[in-house]
Amino acid sequence: MSETTRQGASDRDQEDEAVRRAQEERLRKVWAAPKGWRYWSAVNNTEVGVWYTALSFAFMLFAGVLALIMRAQLAVPENNLVTPDFYNQAFTLHGTAMMFLFAVPIFEAVAIILLPQLLGARDLPFPRLSAFGFWCFLIGGVFVCGSIFFGAAPTGGWFMYPPLTTEERFTPGYGADIWLLGLSFIEVASIAAAIELIVGTLKCRPPGMRLNLMPLYAWYVLVVAGMILFAFPPLIAGDILFELERLFDWPFFDPTRGGDPVLWQHLFWIFGHPEVYIVFLPAIALLAMIIPTFAQRPILGYSWIVLAAVGTGFISFGLWVHHMYTTGLPAISLGFFSAASEAVAIPTGVQIFVFLATLMTGRVIYSVPMLFVSGFLAIFVIGGLTGVMVAIAPFDWQAHDTYFVVAHLHYVLIGGMLFPVVAGVFYYWPMISGRKLSDRLGRLAFWLMFVGFNVAFFPMHFSGLAGMPRRVWTYPEALGLELPNLVSTIGAFVFAAGILTIVYDVLRPRGSEPYAKRNPWNAGTLEWLAEMPGENWGVRSVPVITSRYPIWQQPNFIDDVDKGRFYLPDAEEMKRETIVSSVLDGEPEQCLRVPGPSFMPMISAFLTGAVFILATFHYWYATIAFMALATVSIMIWLWRGTAIIPEKPEKDVGRGLKLPLYTSGPISVGWWAMFITMTGDVTAFIGLIFGYYYFFTIHEDFPPPSGAGPGVVWPMVSLGLFLAAWGAAWLALERNRARRIGAARVLMGAGAGAALSAAAVLLWGPFATGLDPASHVYPATVWVLAIWTAAHGAVGALMLLYCLARSLAGRFTSDHDIDIANVTLYWHFMAGTALVTVATLALFPLAA
Amino acid sequence: MRLFGLYGRTQDTLWTLIAAPAIWGVHFLFSYFYAAYRCAPNADIFASIGGTRIVVGIATVAALVLIGLVFRRAWVEWQAKGGTVRHDRDTAEDREHFLEFSTVLLAALSFVAVAFDVMPVLLIGDCR
Repeated sequence: MSETTRQGASDRDQEDEAVRRAQEERLRKVWAAPKGWRYWSAVNNTEVGVWYTALSFAFMLFAGVLALIMRAQLAVPENNLVTPDFYNQAFTLHGTAMMFLFAVPIFEAVAIILLPQLLGARDLPFPRLSAFGFWCFLIGGVFVCGSIFFGAAPTGGWFMYPPLTTEERFTPGYGADIWLLGLSFIEVASIAAAIELIVGTLKCRPPGMRLNLMPLYAWYVLVVAGMILFAFPPLIAGDILFELERLFDWPFFDPTRGGDPVLWQHLFWIFGHPEVYIVFLPAIALLAMIIPTFAQRPILGYSWIVLAAVGTGFISFGLWVHHMYTTGLPAISLGFFSAASEAVAIPTGVQIFVFLATLMTGRVIYSVPMLFVSGFLAIFVIGGLTGVMVAIAPFDWQAHDTYFVVAHLHYVLIGGMLFPVVAGVFYYWPMISGRKLSDRLGRLAFWLMFVGFNVAFFPMHFSGLAGMPRRVWTYPEALGLELPNLVSTIGAFVFAAGILTIVYDVLRPRGSEPYAKRNPWNAGTLEWLAEMPGENWGVRSVPVITSRYPIWQQPNFIDDVDKGRFYLPDAEEMKRETIVSSVLDGEPEQCLRVPGPSFMPMISAFLTGAVFILATFHYWYATIAFMALATVSIMIWLWRGTAIIPEKPEKDVGRGLKLPLYTSGPISVGWWAMFITMTGDVTAFIGLIFGYYYFFTIHEDFPPPSGAGPGVVWPMVSLGLFLAAWGAAWLALERNRARRIGAARVLMGAGAGAALSAAAVLLWGPFATGLDPASHVYPATVWVLAIWTAAHGAVGALMLLYCLARSLAGRFTSDHDIDIANVTLYWHFMAGTALVTVATLALFPLAA
Repeated sequence: MRLFGLYGRTQDTLWTLIAAPAIWGVHFLFSYFYAAYRCAPNADIFASIGGTRIVVGIATVAALVLIGLVFRRAWVEWQAKGGTVRHDRDTAEDREHFLEFSTVLLAALSFVAVAFDVMPVLLIGDCR
């Protein structure tokens, strides 16, 4: 050990250039991306974020090509450029890829790049989780998109309504399975990203960055990631029901056996409508960073933006039925949703006015990003206005499933999402590559896109009102739709030329072009500390924040950061480190060691992906084998890479501050991640419970009055065992802390045994009473709830056994108890799940 | 209870910030589910839903009162220290005022949203 590593960071003379150079050497080495083929084991946000972004754009271009094929087919009436079947595949994949493989992932991707920079953090707390999410996204995306090359892509439209998609006679083949399983897999990746981003925003802010000083982008990330957590799980619940119907003929959506296709529409749109805002808000978030820079002033009305973000986040969950106005729901139901659909215009509008006010009170610098911002304003406002029109049920009955809706949704999404994202690409490109994109090409691209977009989509309002339904392969000559369609096609190709201009600008070789100057736009926020070209370590030292725009408002800020006068200027132990702070005031709480490069996330993702892909084609034995392999790989990843006991309890991070290297419970990032994961998990469970009570509402005989259910005794026994396992987990945590390690180990083992028995007994109930899930929706619903809860019990048992093994291996002790602290938290949720399941399955039929 | 300003001062957090919109959410879902439940399975669409409208009305009054209390609590605490709208200093007070003021804004939005969302029960009397 050299002299420098024995000293704390506080004792070092940061004014000595030699000291700084040695620190930089160490930081560079610690944060360096792996070389050669090992490059793909990188997990740092600077690599994963860029891969993620590039891949999202690649899927966008792919989906864009599909759109051009569709427009070519529709250019003239009675065309047969492509077959109807291919056309169906094209529009299904276009919508699917744009929403699931571009619009949502691009948010996660950009946030993975930007968030650590904006928070002055070296990395997000779970870099390997980000990498896992990326590989899941790659596998799932290629699987879903690749299917079209085999003519096997889904054909049911991006919202996959049954019975069109559940019956072989309408949609033969594997298409719907590919959609369901491929996307379920990607949804898991999205939730993983949401967990990473929420914990990152709440716990990885730099010292002093209180909630009122947080960059607005981080507020939006927090809101959107929270929305993902409540929006995606209902779709996962829907996917489970859907796949059980397709694979095993459990009749959730089949009315002849008590099912109801409208249930799918509910579950899909409970996801699908917030999804629109999940897509829109992060794009707006980019504008909240760009606009102050080009107005050269702080944002006006910071609290109002927070109001808008949080308010939209909530109200957007009250809109889902406006996609279902034509399903015959009672007018009173439609009325509630119609009102909420209009109310959401308030917070949405507030953001626009805040932006306009900021621009009007600043000295605006006109630039390419600002061009795209103005394009956003013009296009999005039109989309918002037609949105208020279709929010009104009687108007929607006329416009539903016509090209009017196609026009509306493209105005909203391209105006509200693509234009801001492109503005963001131009704005943030120097941060990624060290160079600005071309101004000239940017202006050309803008005008091609802006004009092309309006030429393509504005006429669709008219073709829609003239009666052109969406998703038609062709149309007869006599309808008078030739002209608007031809114009739309021409516009689409002009628009595509604009996109290609940007692609060219991004990819063209730069040769010896000089790097941009640091902070090229003269911005005020932390991400512009980045050097040109950037360093992998993120920030040279983790700054103390006392303002919203530190580069503008804190004197000598960049120099202080660069000279390492703030925290963590060094990597003495050659470990990747960042600071964990408190939620409200950003008070430093821990020096977190984040894991470095590893192939485990990639291996786990491939093995997990194999499970979904093999299940699609009904290779059951292989599916089960890979499920076991995936579980083992995740265990290895966790065993080797998490909750590592540090070599010393605390570390001097500079400026006289010592921080612990290991924390557990609510201070630690792992506890938060578990809490957030389980919140999402419970939301999916509520989706399934919603299914049960939905059927109860629409059927007189659900549950059947004859008492033909899972019985009372076995479910109650199971509940008792679940509660025993919960108690054992809780007590194990407490005994372990009290240094009664022997007792704690016995409790962990006993808890695992109780959990496995509970799971088995819960399944025994419906088995013993002979409930046949394919016969009617009631037994199917009982089985799905029992299986969900039993599977969670088995996972809970595995967790307890994992803790037991860690304890025996000395990897968790009385003072280092992250493992059992997090597992106990899991068991709190598990106990709630078991309680609700048993109350629903066994007790509710007695009361109903 | 502190959240509704019934006693003591409240330390504002992210949870107090989202209290008002969460009340909006509970009220919205309750109104929708309850009306849907009363109308299901849509066999007799002309039956009057007077009782349902009253129940939703009571729930609405309850939600508005709760949101009103959240608003009043945040407003009073925000005003107590001058009620400024700039909260960009590095102090715990500014953080607190920022959260209080944002709570005021969100409570106002939630109040309007609740009142607006239930207007259909004023007009619609059956399950058509």
